[in-house]
Amino acid sequence: MNDLTPISDVAIPKIGCGDLPVLRERGQREVFCGLTGIVWLHRRIQDAFFLVVGSRTCAHLIQSAAGVMIFAEPRFATAIIEERDLAGLADANDELDRIVDQLIERRPDIKLLFLVGSCPSEVIKLDLSRAALRLSKRYTPALRVLSYSGSGIETTFTEGEDACLAALVPELPASPAQSLMVVGTLADVVEDQFRRLFAEMGITNVGFLPPRRAADMPPVGKGTKYILAQPFLAGTAVALDHRGATRIAAPFPLGAEGTALWFKAAGRAFDIAKSKIDDVLAKPVARARAALMRQRAVLEGRTIFFFPDSQLEIPLARFLSRELGMVLSEVGTPFLHREHLAEELALMPADVQLSEGQDVEKQLDRCRAAAPDIVVCGLGLANPLEAQGMTTKWSIELVFSPVQGFEQAGDLAELFARPLRRRALLKV
Amino acid sequence: MQLTLWTYEGPPHIGAMRIATAMRGVHYVLHAPQGDTYADLLFTMIERRDQRPPVTYTTFQARDLGGDTAQLFKNAVADAYERFKPEAIIVGASCTAELIQDDPAGLALALDLPVPVIPLELPAYQRKENWGAAETFYRLTRGCIGAFPRPARTTDRLVKTCNILGPTALGFRHRDDLHEITTLLGQLGVSINVIAPLNARPSDLARIPDADFNIVLYPEIALNLATWLERQYGQKFINITPIGVGATRDFIAKVAELADIDATAMLTQTASRLNWYSRSVDSTYLTGKRVFIFGDATHAIAAARVAADELGFEVVGLGTYAREFAREIRTAAKLYNIEALVSDDYLTVEAAITAANPALVLGTQMERHIAKRLGIPCAVISAPVHVQDFPARYSPMMGFEGANVLFDSWVHPLMMGLEEHLLGMFREDFEFHGDAAPSHLGGKPVQAQPEPVLTTNQATAIWGADAEAELKKIPFFVRGKARRNTERYAAEQGTALINIETLYNAKAHFSS
Repeated sequence: MNDLTPISDVAIPKIGCGDLPVLRERGQREVFCGLTGIVWLHRRIQDAFFLVVGSRTCAHLIQSAAGVMIFAEPRFATAIIEERDLAGLADANDELDRIVDQLIERRPDIKLLFLVGSCPSEVIKLDLSRAALRLSKRYTPALRVLSYSGSGIETTFTEGEDACLAALVPELPASPAQSLMVVGTLADVVEDQFRRLFAEMGITNVGFLPPRRAADMPPVGKGTKYILAQPFLAGTAVALDHRGATRIAAPFPLGAEGTALWFKAAGRAFDIAKSKIDDVLAKPVARARAALMRQRAVLEGRTIFFFPDSQLEIPLARFLSRELGMVLSEVGTPFLHREHLAEELALMPADVQLSEGQDVEKQLDRCRAAAPDIVVCGLGLANPLEAQGMTTKWSIELVFSPVQGFEQAGDLAELFARPLRRRALLKV
Repeated sequence: MQLTLWTYEGPPHIGAMRIATAMRGVHYVLHAPQGDTYADLLFTMIERRDQRPPVTYTTFQARDLGGDTAQLFKNAVADAYERFKPEAIIVGASCTAELIQDDPAGLALALDLPVPVIPLELPAYQRKENWGAAETFYRLTRGCIGAFPRPARTTDRLVKTCNILGPTALGFRHRDDLHEITTLLGQLGVSINVIAPLNARPSDLARIPDADFNIVLYPEIALNLATWLERQYGQKFINITPIGVGATRDFIAKVAELADIDATAMLTQTASRLNWYSRSVDSTYLTGKRVFIFGDATHAIAAARVAADELGFEVVGLGTYAREFAREIRTAAKLYNIEALVSDDYLTVEAAITAANPALVLGTQMERHIAKRLGIPCAVISAPVHVQDFPARYSPMMGFEGANVLFDSWVHPLMMGLEEHLLGMFREDFEFHGDAAPSHLGGKPVQAQPEPVLTTNQATAIWGADAEAELKKIPFFVRGKARRNTERYAAEQGTALINIETLYNAKAHFSS
């Protein structure tokens, strides 16, 4: 990309998004379930507690996915279903009430409690939405209790966040006022950057979902225009549409170009003059591009292969191919939402191999045959692939790190450059 | 239901995975929903294994539940056999698949594969990881005995042989313990028939009955099997965990008895430095240090003996998360006149540690967190494992070298004797003020650190309030670097006032 090209002039080619061929796979899926989202959601909503109603496997998963146990007293826990619950010796609802009592006694600071459904709770048809209603009545107004499913049979990895946010939408206060809502978890530092840029553009009534605190739920109504900050929020978008809000279609705010197009789409939706938007974005765009230029030296011309993980794969691939000159081998995604990704797909190279779903053994065969310079994959696959001589980037870091926005564009590119630089450095 | 913040053990199918992953030529087909594949990362990330565990998951989803999950399972078994050509297959269900009752055993056997297919029943709502590992090891060995041809046993062998049973994948120091014990048995002149499950093949399991006796290295994993082998084949077994000098000597004596050899030479030599290090005067300060011990039963009981008899500590707490070994831990606790703690509730353990107010905690990674919060020194002695429990260096718990490791790793977290002495002597000096904690414990200094005095010849830009506020949002461990870089950048650019723009310009300038 020419360093001086204003991003407003980047023409979005009118490829029909249905034109890109997609390899659909159905087999063993090496992905996390939606419970994993708790790891970042509980950091974001700082007075919320996530109670998984599930098995020892669920508890073990969250603690393993969190990598190390950082927090001696986390704001998540598991109500582990035991034999006597299944045998009907204990009433599941009584048990749940008892556990919530225990929890609230210990953590009276909690304002929002999510009962999170799991595979076993769904298979035994435990109705958590009814339990949430009952508990909400009991603890009102000190505590609100909501429920959603993070089960592996219903949700894949980031879809857990989608389910969580979709559960929040009916709780949002109603307001007919003109407002912008940014939807999807962002790091606090990114949120603040975005707020400043919107304010400079002249958009001041901006809400973020999820908010940092349960009391700061953004209002929604006919005057609300929302823009997705994450590509995996299908259910949340439907719920917001239902509340009368309208979606601003845009690529996702990854990289200088993606972030600029995202802000421009928001600006246009609020009738901000093009010159004003360009003024506000000029400096951060230039800064992001300068940061990217340094990583481009490492990444340009290198091939990259994505295993499906977070649904961020397509926006990331678009960023890496267009702004860093990487060559896309296969771009796998667990689920392809053609409507929300239409602007992204239009920016993808015409010859890209997209794949949706997974049959991990077959995909590993394709990956070995393609012999890419770098593979983006989950933690279960990374070391075995490294041992076979491949260079890998763990995908989970792309979800946990602040990577959105102009100021993080260089950091995002660096996450891909680092494994390659490291491999070149090591003499052992 | 049980409220759980952290769990000490995974579900039982994780135990089965530890057996399958330890072995060669075994494949495990697990009927499990999407997401259960997280278990792979335990092995590839925590243990840094260079291969994926030999596990195929059916990863069914909601849409499959309406259809035929049983067919999905059958296909997974057939595909796994075709692709991996294992010598034996184990099949089972994880917690969710247990509820949908597809009968993995029946389905897999119906395929009539040309290799042994061993079904596992691991009740996920009653049992846990170690139980699952023990059950899998037992079932798999029973299934393999007779399924593979083995040479007839020679009846008049001169040298007695043993099996070493217990080391698994993802085991706490199993790799190094095994090396230590294998070397020790070599020095004694005892030959080893089979080591299992680590690096064993199914055909090796079939040879287990050939040995004269069994060594149960980890009772949590191998006691069930050893008990059955004794009943079935009359094989005696040794269930002495050789952790610490005394227990290692007891172990050697028992091996010598069963192998019918003379071990006097080895029993009289001083093979560990622990003996002298513990007697040297610097160790005087260890006397009567109050220690709280918690872990799996084997490691906790062994650690208590070492702490009391070999380091001169006072054992003020002893407990385990393994209910299966409650009796053993209660018996051990009586030796120290304390009540054993048997609980897998992290919060109960935390309360017990707080109440005991020990000077040292010997525990798992969970207790390391508790100890850190309470500002108490801690050493890790047991699973659940953490990436730090797979050190690059040789670091066994067992045998004479293991005793050396225990001395170092338990004593170093405590203040060194001389350091403690000096701290008492210079208590009122500003560096050694009364509340100072040893620097290596990472405790927060009680006195506020004075801001570094800036040298006057260095022009430093002033931080604007907005930039200062922004800086605070950067994680603390890189904040110092961000501050220095921004100031350097501001100085280079001749900027007098640092605002947010400067901060991010500097970030962009130095990033790469």
